[in-house]
Amino acid sequence: MVTRPVAAPAPTPTCDRSDVSAKTKSRRSLLRLLMGGSLAAVWTSLIYPMVRYLIPPAEASATTTETLAAAVGELKPNSAKTFRFGSHPALLVRLGNGEYRSMSAVCTHLGCTVQYQPDTQQVWCPCHNGRYDLTGRNIQGPPPRPLLTYDVKVHGEEIHVNRRQDA
Amino acid sequence: MAGPAVLWEWIDERVNVRELLTPLMEKTVPRHRFSHWYLLGGVTLFLFGVQVCTGLLLLLYYRPSTTEAYESLRYITNRVEFGWLVRSLHSWSANLMIFMAFAHMFSVAFLRAYRKPRELTWISGMVLLFLCLGFGFSGYLLPWNTLSFFATKVGTEVAGRVPIVGHPTMVFLRGGEDIGSATLARFFSLHVVILPALTVGMVLLHLLLVQKFGMSVPPSVEKHRSRFGNEVRFFPNYFLRDVMAWSVAFAALLILATLYPAELGKKADPFASAPAGIKPEWYFLAQFQTLRLLPATILHLDGEVIGILGFGLAGAAWLGLPLLEARLGKNGGRWTRVAMLAGLVYLASMTLYAYLTT
Repeated sequence: MVTRPVAAPAPTPTCDRSDVSAKTKSRRSLLRLLMGGSLAAVWTSLIYPMVRYLIPPAEASATTTETLAAAVGELKPNSAKTFRFGSHPALLVRLGNGEYRSMSAVCTHLGCTVQYQPDTQQVWCPCHNGRYDLTGRNIQGPPPRPLLTYDVKVHGEEIHVNRRQDA
Repeated sequence: MAGPAVLWEWIDERVNVRELLTPLMEKTVPRHRFSHWYLLGGVTLFLFGVQVCTGLLLLLYYRPSTTEAYESLRYITNRVEFGWLVRSLHSWSANLMIFMAFAHMFSVAFLRAYRKPRELTWISGMVLLFLCLGFGFSGYLLPWNTLSFFATKVGTEVAGRVPIVGHPTMVFLRGGEDIGSATLARFFSLHVVILPALTVGMVLLHLLLVQKFGMSVPPSVEKHRSRFGNEVRFFPNYFLRDVMAWSVAFAALLILATLYPAELGKKADPFASAPAGIKPEWYFLAQFQTLRLLPATILHLDGEVIGILGFGLAGAAWLGLPLLEARLGKNGGRWTRVAMLAGLVYLASMTLYAYLTT
């Protein structure tokens, strides 16, 4: 039997494994970055319009400077009425001596609509028991600030309320 | 075989329902002196089901606009056959559901069922409670009456007072600076679409976690486990008890809805004064009373801002209760029990105080 010399195994090409793995790693991380980046871009382009959609557009509200609040003789002494001043409620009070006072009816505490109390001659907020005097000053309870006050002018048979220049 | 049995076999042959139901069939519930507290979660879920059914019925007639909402509810109440009953059931069931959710939460807290590994069950349950309060708050505006108008005005204003994020949150909730049609439209979609979708998802997660970890046994019972070691099968034994509890809840609901039908009140007028004696639903009374009692300024800050931040912090701490207790170490349990008791006494006394003074 002829034995044939076995050829020595061909030398395997030297390959630095760590080198390959580093290359793969950097390629992978680049791909991951690209994929992640595009996903983030897609999500942002979807979410951004949705978020913008949820925020209501700002209404261009014309600031009302004067309004007709009541007619002369409509209010008895020591009584009051609420009326619409622009987009908010306001209060017109006729004092015992016939003088008129007007102020915003929006409580400075948490925005409830206040009312006049003839027995105490004060402005009272029923929501959290806050009290103001007839100059709008917060005198009792949780309201942190005075009510915005308005000027009252009587033109013939009409009572007009004006926003103050400094307000 | 009878018709239903044939149908069952037909479905089972294809879907293998028996295999799907195996975890439920093998589930057991520990039996001890506190095990009746386990029923409260099921009753809350049952009442949520009542809310879904009655809510769907109300949707057939309700119209979500400031000019029609109140009128549509008056139509439901006065003209539609049994409309008053459906509306009353929805209103009473909402109150009972929130009451049961609170009772369930406190029972879990006092029996310390939130401990590891059930932290996520606690958190998902707390999220469900917040969702319930969201349902209560958003649904309250829908009749568009005086009470609902001012409750929403104050509630959204409270959100608006949170520093930095407050004002944008308030505008987002109201759909503008003031309360009007946009607010009603937003609250309606929140109440009938967004919150129900979130709640269903969260309920499934909560139930999955309850199923995975099983019912918690209180530490005081665990010590004597050998004496109290018996368990009952969930199906049919414990399930029948659940059904009994649901029946009692349903009977109570029917009695309340029939004897004390929900009132409609006066239609909201955004330019009229808030009526005397105005107060929110019972579950917001403690916060309401606190806001009434806080002075105008505390440490140069508006009193209500301090109050609102305080509620926020307390809510966050309560949500993270299991994690906080674990951080406190060995005496954590004792501290949390004292804090819980103090919190419960505070809530109950403020609620009572509000009832007596408004």
